Amino acid sequence: MGLLSDPNRRRALISLLTRLNSPICVVCYMAGVAWFMGLAFEPFTLRTYMSENAMGSTMVEERFPAGERALTTGREFSAHKKKAGGMPVDWLVKTMQARGLEVFTQRFSRKLPFPDENKERYMVKGTNVYGILRAPRAPRTEALVLSAPCTPGDSNNQAVGLLLGLAQYFRNQIYWAKDIIFLVNEHDLIGMQACITFSPDSCRGGSIQAALSLELSSDVITSMDLVLEGLNGQLPNLDLANLFYAFCQKIGVLCTIQGKLQRNDWDSVSGYSHSVQTMMLMVMKQASGRPWGDHGLFLRYHIEAASIKGINSFRQYKTDVTTIGRLLEGMYRKLNNLLERLHQSYFFYLMPSLSHFVSIGYYMPAFGLLAVILLLRALDLWVQLATPPPRTEDGITDKEQVSSPGVLSVLTPLVISHLTGVALYTLPIQFQEMAVEQFPVSETEAVVLTAIGVYTAGLALPHNTHRLLSGEGTEQGWRVLKLVAVLYLAVLLGCTALINFSLGFILALTLVPVAAFVTPHVPKVLSAFILVILSPACTLLFSVFFFQELQELPVSFQEGWLLYLSVISQGILDHFLYGSLVYPLIALLVYPCWLLFWNILFWK
Amino acid sequence: PSLYLGSISFIIGLSSPGNPKDDFQEELVIRPLHSGDIYASFQFRTVWETDFMRGNKVSHYRLFPKSLGQVISKFSVRELHISFTQGYWRTMQWGQPFQPSPPGAELWVWFQDSVTDVDGTWKELTNVLSGIFCASLNFIDSTNTVQPSASFKPLGIGNETDHRFLRYATLPREIVCTENLTPWKKLLPCGSKAGLAVLLKSEKLFHSSFHSQAVHIRPVCQDWQCKTTSWELRQTLNVVFDLHNSAQGKREWSLFKMFSRTLTEACPLASSSKIYIDITDNPQGEQFEVSPATPLLSQAVVLGDRRTFSVYDLTQQITFGTVRSLNLLIRWKSSEGDMLRPLLHAERYVAGYGLQTGEIHTLMYNNHPYRSFPVLLLDSVPWYLRLYIHTLTVTSKGKDNKPSYIHYQPSKDRLRPHLLEMLVQLPPNSVTEVTVQFERALLKWTEYTPDPNHGFYVGSSVISSLVPSIVAMDTNSTRERPLFSSFFPCKEESSYFVRVYTEPLLVNLPTPDFSMPYNVICLTCTVVAVGYGSLYNLLTRSFQIEEPSPGLAKRIANIIRKMRGVPPL
Repeated sequence: MGLLSDPNRRRALISLLTRLNSPICVVCYMAGVAWFMGLAFEPFTLRTYMSENAMGSTMVEERFPAGERALTTGREFSAHKKKAGGMPVDWLVKTMQARGLEVFTQRFSRKLPFPDENKERYMVKGTNVYGILRAPRAPRTEALVLSAPCTPGDSNNQAVGLLLGLAQYFRNQIYWAKDIIFLVNEHDLIGMQACITFSPDSCRGGSIQAALSLELSSDVITSMDLVLEGLNGQLPNLDLANLFYAFCQKIGVLCTIQGKLQRNDWDSVSGYSHSVQTMMLMVMKQASGRPWGDHGLFLRYHIEAASIKGINSFRQYKTDVTTIGRLLEGMYRKLNNLLERLHQSYFFYLMPSLSHFVSIGYYMPAFGLLAVILLLRALDLWVQLATPPPRTEDGITDKEQVSSPGVLSVLTPLVISHLTGVALYTLPIQFQEMAVEQFPVSETEAVVLTAIGVYTAGLALPHNTHRLLSGEGTEQGWRVLKLVAVLYLAVLLGCTALINFSLGFILALTLVPVAAFVTPHVPKVLSAFILVILSPACTLLFSVFFFQELQELPVSFQEGWLLYLSVISQGILDHFLYGSLVYPLIALLVYPCWLLFWNILFWK
Repeated sequence: PSLYLGSISFIIGLSSPGNPKDDFQEELVIRPLHSGDIYASFQFRTVWETDFMRGNKVSHYRLFPKSLGQVISKFSVRELHISFTQGYWRTMQWGQPFQPSPPGAELWVWFQDSVTDVDGTWKELTNVLSGIFCASLNFIDSTNTVQPSASFKPLGIGNETDHRFLRYATLPREIVCTENLTPWKKLLPCGSKAGLAVLLKSEKLFHSSFHSQAVHIRPVCQDWQCKTTSWELRQTLNVVFDLHNSAQGKREWSLFKMFSRTLTEACPLASSSKIYIDITDNPQGEQFEVSPATPLLSQAVVLGDRRTFSVYDLTQQITFGTVRSLNLLIRWKSSEGDMLRPLLHAERYVAGYGLQTGEIHTLMYNNHPYRSFPVLLLDSVPWYLRLYIHTLTVTSKGKDNKPSYIHYQPSKDRLRPHLLEMLVQLPPNSVTEVTVQFERALLKWTEYTPDPNHGFYVGSSVISSLVPSIVAMDTNSTRERPLFSSFFPCKEESSYFVRVYTEPLLVNLPTPDFSMPYNVICLTCTVVAVGYGSLYNLLTRSFQIEEPSPGLAKRIANIIRKMRGVPPL
């Protein structure tokens, strides 16, 4: 700090920063990306370990015997489901009652803002059935949840069968200290939401400590997959993942995360790229902000939750349902031992494999290196604005440059671009009916196409802004606007990265170069092209292709485009149904911010 | 030896006619529940014709436990009710209990009006009781004690209803175990040596779904004229055995299976010793079968319902049969476990997410088809949940339901809890929802419970009510009753008193990570010392280049130049 209090040295430092600004920025960007890629390298990451004392040291003996019976129950459930043409409510109630549970049903109905074409639903009506195993001599203060979705078609019957089998087995044990809620939910997340938003007839059993959602569609499986990403990129406490991993190891079940098995050859190129893929999948899923399993909505209520999916592939080694039952039994017994909410381990982490994790302290510098570019740019602009303009040769100051730009010239683009953002947020839902009447499109297409339309219309903005402005834009004017825009972006990305690192990082990767290089003096056509390529909408498009590539399901451009449209509609639906924040964040903040840079490029 | 015998007979002879009479009764009620579970309720009643009031010194004890007698005289207690409960009574499955009690410990005491320092006496009393019952009652202090204005009226004789002499406290976190059972058993005249108390084996009692033990002391009338008072001590113990856990799913119960003991004798000191089995739902033996059979039947109106009981009198040798032991056996024939619809029941939960605010919802169900009735709701909420009382709403059937009486005492931080009492009319066949929002307070760092904790408990709400009786509902009676007796529902049977306790709540308060302070202190000190200090310096100071002060010669030269009127050097 002595460096800064000394005016001479301060001047030297500032001149160094301004002179070497561009090279430093480039180096920071490279370093940020390199740091991020390094996170997947195993020697740089930590091994997972159980932090929670109550789950770590105690041993549990798993004895669940009734896998075959669970499968029979599953087949019975399937038959009744077919007969009822949906959720076999009466059968489930009777079966749960026979197992000694307190059974409740909950009816719910929901009208979506526009039809969901992926899941083919619009007016949703359904029933959740849940049975509560009351812990003996416990005062109903705490509960655990085990849920299995009732999906149309032939899937997930085994999950319901196993759930009922476990209920029967658990009911005969004396050691429970927390109530256990066995939930069969209809219409996946919509049913789940009806169940956990607290209303007079929702699922209740004291404060829920942890929840697992089970998906199982075959009698034998090869591996169990763990899904952690929840709404808005929230993750459960890392101990829940550790618990799953520990029991998979103990019982000898193959376990995966993001559908990727763990490999031991971290020092080979293919091993490294494997863990990069796993981590990137997690980053993409987290950035999407949508719940990737039925557990996703629990996390908002500070309930640690994950989904467990049984996967049956062509591998030789198979695991039967009894073993999965034992796995769940072990996990629930350990969760039952909890003396406090799960909070000992990390809430912010990335997982390059199930046995290794990257904590917030390790991944934040990657983002920090990107964000510092914005600050350096801001400093540079600030210095340029602060230093007196160079005198012309004849010694007369250029009067036009001296006059500081009016507040209006900065405020007008800010207000107009935000108004465009508001339009992008509100119009698609507002205009769907009109669009359906006027054009031969379905509601969903109308919403998505309106969104794209408004987005594209925003690109015409610079011309309109200037019509509103009284005078010509000055050299100082764009500098002030860019300073404001750069600082705005820095704050925006910083906040986003704190809540959802992945989203913040992906946005920073694309928006920071834009923010760094754009001026009115760069070649217009080329820059405009780059700017559009790096805009949030195109980022989303690339992400869709990249995600498919990571999942090893590459798509053609045509399919990709359709996928892109459905992703947009899903994002909007997620916001209106579950309160996902990604769509409003992009529409109301990120897009207007990007428009400011677009404005600067076309500054006259 | 003859002299020795003589002296014993002399002592007995002296004690029986001269001293006030005392009397001990014991009974066990067994009710097979719809769910297949079984409910066993013990009651031990000691009545003593003596007077503890007004500082009367009582020094000779026979059946009445001396430890409790001394407590009554020392602290001038008029009435004392204490219960320890492990588990939650499931009204929907089990119906109403004979003696309701909230999870954890509950204590309420009426003091005599001669007590001047009620709070001080209360504090001492809780500490003494804590010792007697091996419980954490010493944690009762002003922050969890309230003085209900209407919900807890004296159950014994006496017209004193000034609630200044009432103290009520619950400890929802209290865990009840063997260490609480043993001192409770020691209060019995026969201990656990003879009589029904033989059955009270802790390994079986705590292998159950619900366990509750209580002590009630109150003054009662000695005779119908009520000129003098007696003191009544009732020790009750309620336990529900779980069909699935205890009976391994077999629908068959016996005394041996429940308690791992059979009965061979009554307590010799007891004037009456009986076992009742509730066979109301089983008049022809179609639901379950009881063996050995008994010819003795008894009818009573219990909780507004006319019940029939088989009675086994343990003072009669014939009860024990030829094997000299009684092992009652109940064998179920049908298997149905539907939910009940009790006329009044209640639930409570916390809604909302985040760690700043929340909302307490209390739901009260009136399942009576056509009668509305009033209930008294008592809520005692710890101070660290700051109730926003202006958000209090009471709604039934979607409409605002205005309570006819509200008594609210706001909390004081670290001193006393919120007390909310309301008289609410529950419309027939309805759910009444009471909601109130709260803010979670930030505690001082020493006020948090030690590291592993489940959260903060809020005690059960208490709902007291006179519920219209099922007997009175039976307007089209086809029972064998004289017609002249059945036109007006008689007063005693038209309604009955019910107290319902809701679940306790578990609330998370914003908890700092206690392993972090060291890091935080280090970090903040560094930031403040290095970063903030110098940055503040930079921002507030203006920097100027200061000329070094001129030498002496230069100064003199300047003075001369000034005198000459020339600008200085």
